Amino acid sequence: MIVADKKPIEEIIEEIKGRTKILILGCNECVTVCEAGGKKEVGVLASALRMYFLKDGLDVKIDEKTLERQCDHEYLEEIRDMVDAYDAVVSLACGVGVQFMAEKYHSIPVYPGVNTCFLGAAEDRGLWTERCQACGQCILARTGGICPVSRCAKRILNGPCGGSTGGKCEISNETDCAWQLIIDRLNALGRLEDYETLSPIKDWSTDRAGGPRKVVREDVQS
Amino acid sequence: MKDVKTPSKLEKILAAGHPAVTSECGPPRGSDPEVIVKKAELIKDYVDSVNITDNQTSVTRMCSLAACIRLKLLGLDPVLQMVTRDRNRIALQSDILGAASFDIHNMLCLSGDHQSFGDCAQGQNVHDLDSMQLLQTVRLMRDEGKFLGGGDIERPPKIFVGAAANPFADPFEIRIPRLAKKIAAGAEFIQTQCIYNLDKFEEWMKLARDRGLHEKVYILAGMTPMKSAGMARYMKKRVPGMDVPDEVVKRLADTPKEKQAEVGIDICVESIQRLKECEGVAGFHVMAIEWEEKVPEIVERAGLYPRPEL
Repeated sequence: MIVADKKPIEEIIEEIKGRTKILILGCNECVTVCEAGGKKEVGVLASALRMYFLKDGLDVKIDEKTLERQCDHEYLEEIRDMVDAYDAVVSLACGVGVQFMAEKYHSIPVYPGVNTCFLGAAEDRGLWTERCQACGQCILARTGGICPVSRCAKRILNGPCGGSTGGKCEISNETDCAWQLIIDRLNALGRLEDYETLSPIKDWSTDRAGGPRKVVREDVQS
Repeated sequence: MKDVKTPSKLEKILAAGHPAVTSECGPPRGSDPEVIVKKAELIKDYVDSVNITDNQTSVTRMCSLAACIRLKLLGLDPVLQMVTRDRNRIALQSDILGAASFDIHNMLCLSGDHQSFGDCAQGQNVHDLDSMQLLQTVRLMRDEGKFLGGGDIERPPKIFVGAAANPFADPFEIRIPRLAKKIAAGAEFIQTQCIYNLDKFEEWMKLARDRGLHEKVYILAGMTPMKSAGMARYMKKRVPGMDVPDEVVKRLADTPKEKQAEVGIDICVESIQRLKECEGVAGFHVMAIEWEEKVPEIVERAGLYPRPEL
């Protein structure tokens, strides 16, 4: 899933300063699962903002709504009839949802309420960790199912570097060395000899380097 | 004498079977060329070639290539260190050609420390290629006269190409496969991480010999004299991938402070003397960090002076 983290409320207040009718818009997908932008977080943020404005004696209307998805025309249409009643929307969706909202409703300013962080998994209660950087050319078959692009701090395809110590990365002893994990995994699979196969120079044109990406599926379009 | 493929002095010394001596100079945090010239003057008669580090520990410094050109103008044989952290494949190939245009004939291919250690922790890193792919790139440019994009190179670079190896880094079981992989990628010489744990290094060399790797690559043992017990403790605890045995720390700590530097040099000299006998060690890479003036003494006392004439 896309993992996001809450923005500090001070930053949100700064964004919406001067607005008087604000819709806090949640998303029921990834940001709900990672507890940054679902219905519950919409309620918490709305209450906090109401208290803040009340304390300052400001008359600011704050409403709450959570859509099934914000990265989909169909669900964003649900607010068409109500959105004109607001002079700002704070979207708690990921960056995709915020942008889709802004593209659809041109005249209403939309502000992000979360920082979109990475593609990851819930490793533990309250702990989400990165697993994928969407490089567009998956190499997991060669690396024992562990991704050096997203999990090595240097994206090294022929690792580990000299900084791997006790299974940890040189950047932090709380970060696993991806190549230690790969080697352990190849070992467990009885495939350690695969380690000596040189990983070729990667085509990064399917990654960020190639510019904004799209997937076109004619079979789905027809 | 083995075949040589480049005009590199380092390659010729190694091919002739002499134990080579290299050292390194860190470029300054400024643009004064005299800093690098002075360091080079201190060591030039005691070493065969001099590495110039490339923004080591991710701290911004004068560029390695410019500093190498300074050495070349003094008549030295520089080893251009290049990390994959800061440049993409366009810039790497371009700098290789720039180096070759000044007849710089040695390169050491590295991935580089993570930028979070340096003075630009908020910067991007590149790692378009990794160190092994950089080795492959240099060999492609030299041996095939081709760019990565397939085009022909006019006057291909003649570069003797090396890599680093850390005999102590984890996981130990892939230390030798990793060395083999670097050789397969094109490494012709290896400069190792600083060696303090001689037993473990000798074990690593034995494993390398068991696979015949010492006959495929010249291995230069990395040596860094300790200035003090404090430095030994710092290296042991804080520097990733460093193996400093307790007895080394103890020997320095048991020495009065004003004598510790001297003992640090003694340890370095004794280590070289022991490893001169280790089959497969083709030379020594003496990295006296901001202590270049001690290189002549170390080389002389280790019995590696005078350097061979070619």
